[in-house]
Amino acid sequence: MPQGLRYRLLLIVGLALWGILYLIPSFSSALPGWWPSFLPSHHIRLGLDLRGGTYLLLTVDLEKAVENSLDQYAEEFRRALSEAEAGIVDIRREGNTLRFSAISESDRTIVREILADRFPILEPRIGSGSSSDIVVDLDSRQIEALHQYAVDQSLETIRNRIDQFGVAEPIIQRQGDRDILVQLPGIQDPERAKELIGRTAVLEFKLVAEEGSTRETETLNGQDRDPLSGEPIRTTYTLERQTLLSGDGVADARVRPSVDIEGPYVELILNNRGAETFEEITGANVGRRLAIVLDNTVYSAPVIRDRIGGGHASITGGFDIKEARDLAIVLRAGALPAPVTIAEERTVGPSLGRDSIEQGTMSFIIGGVLVVVFMVVYYNLAGLLADLALALNILLLLAALAMFDATLTLPGIAGIVLTVGMAVDANVLINERMREEVRLGKGARAAVDSGYERALPAIFDSNITTFLSGLILFQFGSGPIKGFAVTLCIGIISTVFTTVFCTRAVYDYFLVRRRLHTLSV
Amino acid sequence: MELIKAVTTIDFLHYAKGAYLFSALLILLGITAFWYRGGLNYGVDFAGGTIVHVKFSQQTDAASIRAVVSQTDISDITVQDFGQNGDEFLIRIPKSETGAENFSNRIRESLADGYGPEAFDVRRVESVGPKVGRDLRRKGILAVVFATFMMGGYIAFRFEPRFGVGAGVALIHDVLVTTTVLLVADVEFDLTVVAALLTVIGYSVNDTVIVCDRVRENMRKLRRETMRTIINRSINETLSRTVITTGTVLMVILALFFLGGSVIHAFALVLLVGMTVGTYSSIYVASPVILLWERETARQ
Repeated sequence: MPQGLRYRLLLIVGLALWGILYLIPSFSSALPGWWPSFLPSHHIRLGLDLRGGTYLLLTVDLEKAVENSLDQYAEEFRRALSEAEAGIVDIRREGNTLRFSAISESDRTIVREILADRFPILEPRIGSGSSSDIVVDLDSRQIEALHQYAVDQSLETIRNRIDQFGVAEPIIQRQGDRDILVQLPGIQDPERAKELIGRTAVLEFKLVAEEGSTRETETLNGQDRDPLSGEPIRTTYTLERQTLLSGDGVADARVRPSVDIEGPYVELILNNRGAETFEEITGANVGRRLAIVLDNTVYSAPVIRDRIGGGHASITGGFDIKEARDLAIVLRAGALPAPVTIAEERTVGPSLGRDSIEQGTMSFIIGGVLVVVFMVVYYNLAGLLADLALALNILLLLAALAMFDATLTLPGIAGIVLTVGMAVDANVLINERMREEVRLGKGARAAVDSGYERALPAIFDSNITTFLSGLILFQFGSGPIKGFAVTLCIGIISTVFTTVFCTRAVYDYFLVRRRLHTLSV
Repeated sequence: MELIKAVTTIDFLHYAKGAYLFSALLILLGITAFWYRGGLNYGVDFAGGTIVHVKFSQQTDAASIRAVVSQTDISDITVQDFGQNGDEFLIRIPKSETGAENFSNRIRESLADGYGPEAFDVRRVESVGPKVGRDLRRKGILAVVFATFMMGGYIAFRFEPRFGVGAGVALIHDVLVTTTVLLVADVEFDLTVVAALLTVIGYSVNDTVIVCDRVRENMRKLRRETMRTIINRSINETLSRTVITTGTVLMVILALFFLGGSVIHAFALVLLVGMTVGTYSSIYVASPVILLWERETARQ
């Protein structure tokens, strides 16, 4: 046999079996129990455009993240100062620096000791010229580290929230310096998911300011509702700026059923440190109002009747059960270190996905049948062989997609359609060449030989150029376009294999084993 | 069965001058359309903004939807018929509009007020921020430019530099003419259209490669003949393949165009136009450019 024909045929049959094996998991809803674990269990996943779902690209506000952590430093510093019983120091954040002013001579050493002791990463500078202010700032390396931390932490928090929300097979990954990509397949209520993911969820407990107090205050909006109509009412609260307890002190959050017309509420279970602080605060401020602030909105501000031990607190606010559940999720999963904005959103409803699959499959089948019939009519048995190669081509392409756990999108289906086009073209090239050779009066063997030999350069060059365009698409494309590029590139490899290698092996088999004398082309 | 018997002897290059004029007129039309429309009609992918794709249970029209959604205080809403049945519409706002954050929700609410909550189905929401839009636009343009140069370069490397130039000119021609058709038909430019354009470039170069491959082969076989004769003969020899391949691929694309559904419609349209133009250009743009190049170098 010429050129190891037996091995070539074996390779083709082996690859076909491999393809079938890899496709079984994709086309059966559940693998049978006897399916051994060493056999492939990968399956082709459908993209969001086919099964429905939401794609979100979130951008983390890194500038705000740096500001937030400086604010936090300032807060901790104030606490440290009061512990050291120093006098009043005015601490202000100016961009990426903290400025300590109005420091009395005696407090100077205390301030610098605290700085060196507890905030070693901050670089203190003595203010320029006549100013006696101490200025601390972050160098670019620290800012970079804070940026990293902000994105990592946001990713972690969002992952937590989505896990608790309950979405099958979500994809949550970092993209570039500051973006987070989220894919939620098959989600029914994208608006609610967006709200859940995008919420900063910074929880703070602050005292409502008393009249005549000298402490720094701020005014925040409330979120009260009219008890009868449920319509929101605009209210404002004047609070002391200092945060007494934050979301860090929360260990768990649960939805509790309604006890009165207020509706369900969220119960916070504080961790040890949180519980301790909470007991201290309530003990020291009996009779005053403690505001529960979430994302700069006051949810409630009950009067402290007594010292509260045991580490339980509750948030009421006239929620419905969904709102209460989502609030519990974000409180459990923790706050985002900085706000995120939605830079890109693509949501496909399940009905459109279903239509797309149906129409995509339909057009694919009709286009395919047209091509298959045409090839047989036009090229007779050579056309039939080309059709068989085409079937093997699609089988291998789908199997490869399953093996790589690739995602099949609508543009991906278009990529398969184009692969069909390329495959047909390769066979047309070969068959046209063979016809030319037959017209010149050559025998079957010679016609096949020179037909393939002459058609090969054109087939290779055209497939390589298309492959190049696939690579470029992969490089520059995003999401669905990448899917198109992947199917195109895999398709080109399987096309060259099936149209050149496989059909040639079959011709050789018939020429040698069956002593074929005339070509049906 | 044979559509084209034996080898034809059509003098393709005889019509080259007319073809130049035809192509030039098309591109001129494109430039006029570009100027008249004030640039390309970018979809949300490139321009930024939000679209909400709604399907109604009954037929309605853009004007009445516009009346309903204008109840919201968002200005600058456009409503556009989508698909062929008069029940699918795209509701769109540019990103900069206020109230863009909850656009889809507010549209949903106002439609529920106007049509009743069961009368429609929000099928798709796409929202792209201005930064992402710019980024995608840059990447899209880069992809088309890169693809053109890489393929021209590949052909110059595999064949001869003049073939590369011919193929490059043909590709630029295809992109320009296809863009002209999109401009005239007022099709939105988005990621899908760019993907389709790149596919057109891939196919067009494929066609050019096959003609060039014949030219190269015939240049070795027919050393005595002029370049003009060789090119003409090569086009004739590959004509059968060109007709069959283009025909079968167009069959598949027509199936996509008519049956593929509204989302894939623009993609199929670009392919339909681009494939036709690509076949034409490998005969009438790439080859004459190679010939022109030959004459220029002969004169020197």
